[in-house]
Amino acid sequence: MNSSAASRNNILTRLQQTTGVLQKDSRNFNFHEGSSFDEGKRWSAEEKVLRLKSMMEAVHTEVHLCVENTWIKNLCSILEQKQINKILYGAKTGLAQELGNLKQESSEMMPELIDYKDPIEESKDLLFEIDAAITTTRGGIAETGSLILWPTPDEPRLMSLVPPVHIAVLYASEIYSTFREAMISENWSSEMPTNALLISGPSKTADIEQTLVYGIHGCKELVVLVIQ
Amino acid sequence: MLSTEQFKKDTFSALNNPQLRGNFKRAMSGLMQKRLAVFPDDQEFHQLREIGHSARANALHKLPELLQQLESNCSKNGIQVYWAETVDQANQLVLEIAQRHNAKSIVKGKSMVSEEMELNHFLEQHGIEALEADLGEYIIQVDHELPSHIIMPAIHKNKEQIAQMFHQKVEPSVFAESAEEMTAIARKVLRRKFYQADIGVSGVNFAVAETGTLCLVENEGNGRFCTTLPPVHVALMGIEKVVEHLEDVPPLLSLLTRSATGQAITTYFNMITSPRKDGEKDGPQNVYLILLDNGRSQMHSDQLLRETLLCIRCGACMNHCPVYTRIGGHAYSTTYPGPIGKILTPQMKGLHKAGFLADASSLCGACVEVCPVKIPITEILLRLRHQKEEDKGNIPLTSPKAWKAGAGNLVWKGWKTVFANPELYRLKSLGITKLGNFTPRWMPVLRNWTSVRSTPVFAKKNLHQLAREEGLSYE
Repeated sequence: MNSSAASRNNILTRLQQTTGVLQKDSRNFNFHEGSSFDEGKRWSAEEKVLRLKSMMEAVHTEVHLCVENTWIKNLCSILEQKQINKILYGAKTGLAQELGNLKQESSEMMPELIDYKDPIEESKDLLFEIDAAITTTRGGIAETGSLILWPTPDEPRLMSLVPPVHIAVLYASEIYSTFREAMISENWSSEMPTNALLISGPSKTADIEQTLVYGIHGCKELVVLVIQ
Repeated sequence: MLSTEQFKKDTFSALNNPQLRGNFKRAMSGLMQKRLAVFPDDQEFHQLREIGHSARANALHKLPELLQQLESNCSKNGIQVYWAETVDQANQLVLEIAQRHNAKSIVKGKSMVSEEMELNHFLEQHGIEALEADLGEYIIQVDHELPSHIIMPAIHKNKEQIAQMFHQKVEPSVFAESAEEMTAIARKVLRRKFYQADIGVSGVNFAVAETGTLCLVENEGNGRFCTTLPPVHVALMGIEKVVEHLEDVPPLLSLLTRSATGQAITTYFNMITSPRKDGEKDGPQNVYLILLDNGRSQMHSDQLLRETLLCIRCGACMNHCPVYTRIGGHAYSTTYPGPIGKILTPQMKGLHKAGFLADASSLCGACVEVCPVKIPITEILLRLRHQKEEDKGNIPLTSPKAWKAGAGNLVWKGWKTVFANPELYRLKSLGITKLGNFTPRWMPVLRNWTSVRSTPVFAKKNLHQLAREEGLSYE
């Protein structure tokens, strides 16, 4: 590590010298002010839902449009159809309450709910063996068909990566038109979380002769419940 | 090995390998079509790349300040930042980190900087296993090859070749034929590796100075595994990869994924700002960022050559290059093949070693047309060629290369004199129309061309004569 400080000094000195030597660059770099590159891309609430749905479906995502009161029934039938026996969830989220209520009402139909409560060092086997995980989302992006996730201590980062099925709950009111709109409206630059993610479909690869295959390292199936 | 002779040899054998040419032709046409489909609106493309260019040019303009800002914000967030001038120093830093954490096995996400460093090889020499986890990188690593494309490293192989390799070296008990079966095997094998790994290594697509955030673009999820599951994450980045604002990221991300593979966005966009915080249940406890120079600050000192550093590594220039498509990535014997490699490698390794790469272009400019950040690749190629010839002028007369260099210079001087003098020019044209077709095929220099192509036939009348006969004049 000793060489690092010397390298830092040498690199910065070289870069600073050039900044002085080169003629002042007169181009206008203030491109964000009045920038309009995504301003033409503003859609109505309904258009945003439809665009997100079609973009995500194009990359193998199951998107279900649901309504507030009955979405949990949609979830039940999805879990049953996919024969999920154990599902990972965050026990302290709003979502957990709904799942808990449902579990009491119809205990036979519902898979076992498992909380990601211990650090990964103790949860590794659990994560690598479980059938599915369900998480909330922070929002969505209509333009590219993406989910925005800011993992929390209650819904850690690996939940959306390791289990073969990831079920994500997205409120239609939280879908933005573009990525830029999302980060500006929510003022992301003032405080970024440990990890922020855009997820746009199940994991995929085309490294073997450009043949598209889903489910390489991350989840094999992504299910999105859009609540309107 | 990097030399003109080797390059000529490899080019020749690549051109005579129909399998290889077929693989590349199919892949490159596919990528070109996909890219075209996601840029349906030409005006939008030009507007977007203007913004992308500005975001990158701005970063290069303020590079020393932004690197310090990035360093200070990363440190504040708990990411430990180290600097390396050379690939040897960078390798040493990775080794020291590995030793500090008693690491025996490393899993890697795709990183071109790690290829520059030849990190896997270095670590193996020190008894540490470094396994590539990107499927394409994994395939070529198992087969002891190097990437032939910066986005699709195993593009030179077809399915049958990969199936053979899987059967012989990965899972001998089955013969997987389809891409689905092979992918499933790789998933199983690599999950075990992620589970056990002591360190995850990744590259960086963009580093945001104002927030100290490292951004990674990927489809497979191996990048997320490498940066989330092992207790230590080491990110490797060229010093040019920094951008000033978080707001610079959306246009660059859009340009990158659309130009690279014709996707509106990749499956994962992973933004990392700190190691695991108190109370968080996963993520590495230690995150290191290594900033590598390796010739970049040198490029930065020249107004034109600096534009090389605008690059966001999308690979569109190689997908559209008529030379790359025909000879493939391996013929170049470099980390970065294709047009970007032809301007990057000579500057990293020196013109005396790799300057010949700048000659391997027809200057057709297809790369410049598609470059999402507007790198003037052909201008830089010409500049490097020019510089190379000037350097030759400095070779001492006693050197065996001096004669060749002198002869070359003489030819160019003669050419310049003739083309600058109307009388001489007319005389030359007249000479060619009358005598040109008597030039023997076997003449030195000329035979390099005629040995593989039919000899061009000179017209009996030159353009000026034809124009005069048609009654056209300059005025």
